[in-house]
Amino acid sequence: MANRTAAPKPVSLKRFPGLATGAAFFFVYLYLPILFVVFLSFNENRIATIWTGFTFDWYPLVLGNADVLRAAQNSLIVATFASVIATMAATLAALAMTQGRAMRRQEVVNGSLALPLLIPEIVTAVATLIFFVAIGMPLGLLTITAAHTVFCIPFAYLPIRARLEGMDPSLREAAFDLYANERQAFFRVTLPLLWPGILSGLLLAFIVSLDNFVITFFVSGPGSTTLPVYIYGMIRTGVTPEVNAVSALLLLVSLVLVTVALLLSRRET
Amino acid sequence: MSTREAQAERPVEPQAAPQSAPQAAKGAMRGDLGAVRREMARRLALLTPAMGIIILVMVVPLALMLTYSFLTSARYGGVIWEFSTDAYLQFLFVRDLDDSLLFNDTYLRIFARSFGLSLATMGVALLIGFPAALFIALQPPKYRTMLIFLVTIPFWTNLLVRNYAWILLLRDRGLINNTLMDLGVISQPLPLIYNNFGITLGLVYSFIPFMVLPIYASLEKLDWRLVEAAYDLGANRWEALKRVIIPLAKPGIIAGSVLVFVPSLGAYITPQLLGGGRNLMIGNLIQLQFGASQNWPFGAALAFILLAIVLLALVLWALRARRSGTSLKEVEIG
Repeated sequence: MANRTAAPKPVSLKRFPGLATGAAFFFVYLYLPILFVVFLSFNENRIATIWTGFTFDWYPLVLGNADVLRAAQNSLIVATFASVIATMAATLAALAMTQGRAMRRQEVVNGSLALPLLIPEIVTAVATLIFFVAIGMPLGLLTITAAHTVFCIPFAYLPIRARLEGMDPSLREAAFDLYANERQAFFRVTLPLLWPGILSGLLLAFIVSLDNFVITFFVSGPGSTTLPVYIYGMIRTGVTPEVNAVSALLLLVSLVLVTVALLLSRRET
Repeated sequence: MSTREAQAERPVEPQAAPQSAPQAAKGAMRGDLGAVRREMARRLALLTPAMGIIILVMVVPLALMLTYSFLTSARYGGVIWEFSTDAYLQFLFVRDLDDSLLFNDTYLRIFARSFGLSLATMGVALLIGFPAALFIALQPPKYRTMLIFLVTIPFWTNLLVRNYAWILLLRDRGLINNTLMDLGVISQPLPLIYNNFGITLGLVYSFIPFMVLPIYASLEKLDWRLVEAAYDLGANRWEALKRVIIPLAKPGIIAGSVLVFVPSLGAYITPQLLGGGRNLMIGNLIQLQFGASQNWPFGAALAFILLAIVLLALVLWALRARRSGTSLKEVEIG
């Protein structure tokens, strides 16, 4: 008995009664709602939240809806342009912030690049709407893309900067020692090593653009409805299996993209 | 030595030998200055696109928003370029028929409600999030990564859809009420939605990853020998938790609380979908000024007041974090 009291101490030290239950509750809370939407999208019953049988009918119905398709197309156009432009700008900014000597006011620049994350979405939405109306720009895909590009920048910037910070600076120095010029060092050394970070940033930016609702809701005009704005309209008119199906599709796209993005950003340098 | 310096000096080297010493020193200095200047120019060029976009489509609009809050409202939306403080007066007063100002707490109440709901959200998120973060921090490293990954994923899925999901769970004929009624626990559906309960639940759900991640970051670094020392000194689990673990996790708890409170205060989707349009929060009030009410200066003023509150909270937090020597970087997502 005396022997047994001493040995298991390091284990019992980290054991709290009820903790596993609490964590299990947390993960159920986190995933139950998402899974329930997907589950109901296969429910045959049109009206109630009661399961009456499996069906795959709602998906073809939604994918055959011209309005849904147009909204999806708008979303893809906006997300593609916004994420590509934001990623290019973020890559350049990350190069400026990580290569060479530490800079004065580095924190100010980092803070400014994170600004779109700190400001409440509704405030950004109001400010952007006022801006576009004041300069006389008609609300449409162009204004949505411009607004999305701004908040895409920090999402692209963070993984790219993290990747650059994890890179060995002597590789680039070696390139210079071997008489590479700035351009060659970038395209032959930095860029090939940076690709996973850039791709990860691009995907994250693409997701946040694809999923954005509040800012889009403010700066979209007639005919430039994106998928989330369209879904919002559907929800307001009532809970239907179509909403469940299109929501499940949107969830799926985000899940796949974010998994790829996070796996890419975890890859060793 | 940085790569830039190495590159800048190389062409100077072959020329340096035949020159006299002072000249060479001068040349090197000039070269150095040139290199510094070139580096600055390169940096500036690289930063221009990102900073340019943020300044043009975010900073300028915010300045314009502030300007609009001091203009006169046009009848059908937009503004008349005439200075006015009406928007800010309207926040606290109504104009009586004889033009005197009467105190009016309608909007102040909506702000107070939003504060209350955001604080409740913060509290509930902490209550659910802390045990989860502690649990994850106590797992073997290979499981930790997986679990943190699972915490992060919902953050990247559509916020609108995640809130919509709660309608399916909470409404009168939703999963929870149906299950409880089928089990015979209740005979009437519980009022779970279109009230403060529904809003709080939805807000916690929307932002809980922001609570778990920073707390986990604090706990992961925790030196468990300190907890062991507490046990050796006769503390039980609860005392060790209260007097060692929680104080050491405090930077994470504070960061998490701020990161949940701030987006809750400006929430729009959750109160709109789960509050049923009757339980307004600041976000909905702002949106109304650009929709049904068509009072842009008032909307701009409300947005500016919200922004000021949020920035104040962030600045206070940053000052605190600096004093206690923790870095804001710890809480970055992704």
